[in-house]
Amino acid sequence: MSDTVSGTAVSIRGLRKAFGAKTVLDGIDLEIGRGEFFVLLGPSGTGKTTLLRILAGLELPDGGTVLAPRRRTTVYQEPRLVQARRVLANVVLGLPRSAREAGLAALEEVGLAGHDRAWPATLSGGEAQRVALARALVRDPELLLLDEPFAALDALTRLQMQELVAELCERHRPAVVLVTHDVDEAVRLADRVVVLRDGAFAVEQPIDLPHPRDRNDPAFIAHRRLFLSHLGVAATAH
Amino acid sequence: MTLEKIPTVTQPIPLEPPRYLGSRRRPPGLSAALRLLVPLVLLAAWWYGTATGLISPEILAGPGAVVAALGELAATGQLGDYLLASAQRAGLGVLTGGGIGLLLGVVAGLSALGEELVDPTMQMKRAVPFLALVPLFISWFGVEETFKVVLIAVAAASPMYAYTYLGVRGVDRKIVEAARGFGLTGVRLAFGVIVPTALPNILMALRICLSVSLTGLIAAEQIGATEGIGYLVTLAQQYYRTDYMVLCVVIYAVLGLLIDLVIRGVERVAMPWRGQVTAR
Repeated sequence: MSDTVSGTAVSIRGLRKAFGAKTVLDGIDLEIGRGEFFVLLGPSGTGKTTLLRILAGLELPDGGTVLAPRRRTTVYQEPRLVQARRVLANVVLGLPRSAREAGLAALEEVGLAGHDRAWPATLSGGEAQRVALARALVRDPELLLLDEPFAALDALTRLQMQELVAELCERHRPAVVLVTHDVDEAVRLADRVVVLRDGAFAVEQPIDLPHPRDRNDPAFIAHRRLFLSHLGVAATAH
Repeated sequence: MTLEKIPTVTQPIPLEPPRYLGSRRRPPGLSAALRLLVPLVLLAAWWYGTATGLISPEILAGPGAVVAALGELAATGQLGDYLLASAQRAGLGVLTGGGIGLLLGVVAGLSALGEELVDPTMQMKRAVPFLALVPLFISWFGVEETFKVVLIAVAAASPMYAYTYLGVRGVDRKIVEAARGFGLTGVRLAFGVIVPTALPNILMALRICLSVSLTGLIAAEQIGATEGIGYLVTLAQQYYRTDYMVLCVVIYAVLGLLIDLVIRGVERVAMPWRGQVTAR
């Protein structure tokens, strides 16, 4: 999968982070290759988002070293669009005027051609999130940070968005860190999945299935069962 | 960015520690020191200017003279009496005026009918400087206490109305909708959901109301008063005492500081849900 690009996109050594008495990241070591789709899986409150926010520069680590590319962009759980600017202005936010064409192309890529003059408030949840995705992609990131970007979407839109993200990442090949608590989403998209539990990686598993992945494939089911058991959920319930 | 982009890059990309974009927590002592910095510099400049004779006492009395004036006023017990008298007038005025403003603001913010009935009049009233009402009020109420309290009340009603209206309009409609669904209407909806949510705006309004009441005191106590901090301003002007003039300024500044401290305290007590929220 990652044979067209090589090298390291993220390098983390001995990362520690605590909030008060609660240590959420306790000596994390992690290397992510260029173009690798890395998924961080875990129940809520385990520090997945904290790890992502440290990579984004939104939190300071308490210890350890963190190295990431300069060109990195984030898509959050909510679209976080500036309501007072039109869609295209949101996509090229902070970029020079010459980025307009690229902004329009990015909107087309996420299936929102013709919506460039719309106001964010008039978009549906899925559309707004696609604008957020276009805003992240137009900067041509070397590292794309996705913080549960599909969690607030309805089930159908979520599947479409996962499809879209898989397709776009295949085309642009940024290194991706996706934070999620959805096991199927993780198995569907990842090159490698890590389950974060009690501040450390409970399990680390490469996923070598061909795309697009069939959720009824026995290998898919085996992965799902493995992750669910590490998350403390009985696989039969799924 | 092109649609058919195929990565061919094999050169390593430079990695670096992510630049921190958040705000760093500063020690609380530093924050307090920074708050005091500008007032202390002003105080030092004042003291230096008057002590070296750069500023003539005719223009601005020095800190020594002002402290002496304060001592004089305190020794006769007048300072306490004046502050008490003014506090009563301001308190009563802000209570009634602010109360009415709050009520009208909630009504206008909550219902379309209320907005239609109340808002145009309040916007017109807001445009009328309350000082322009002084002659009219004197002819109606005389120069006694009623006039003073009514003047301050009228002055305080406008900011309270405007900010409450804004705050109530800003309350998430979805939460109001949900509360209505649980059977809350009228007063229970207003005081159970709307007013607590709009509290930041209402306390902001209270801050402004209290400042406005100080202005009101000067106008109200110019006439028909024998005590009060507004009366003190009039006295200083009549006898051309620059030490008392400056003392008045200092008293107003200290009152401003006290108002700020009190409201901050109220905010902390009345809005315990704030200050614990961080972006996650």
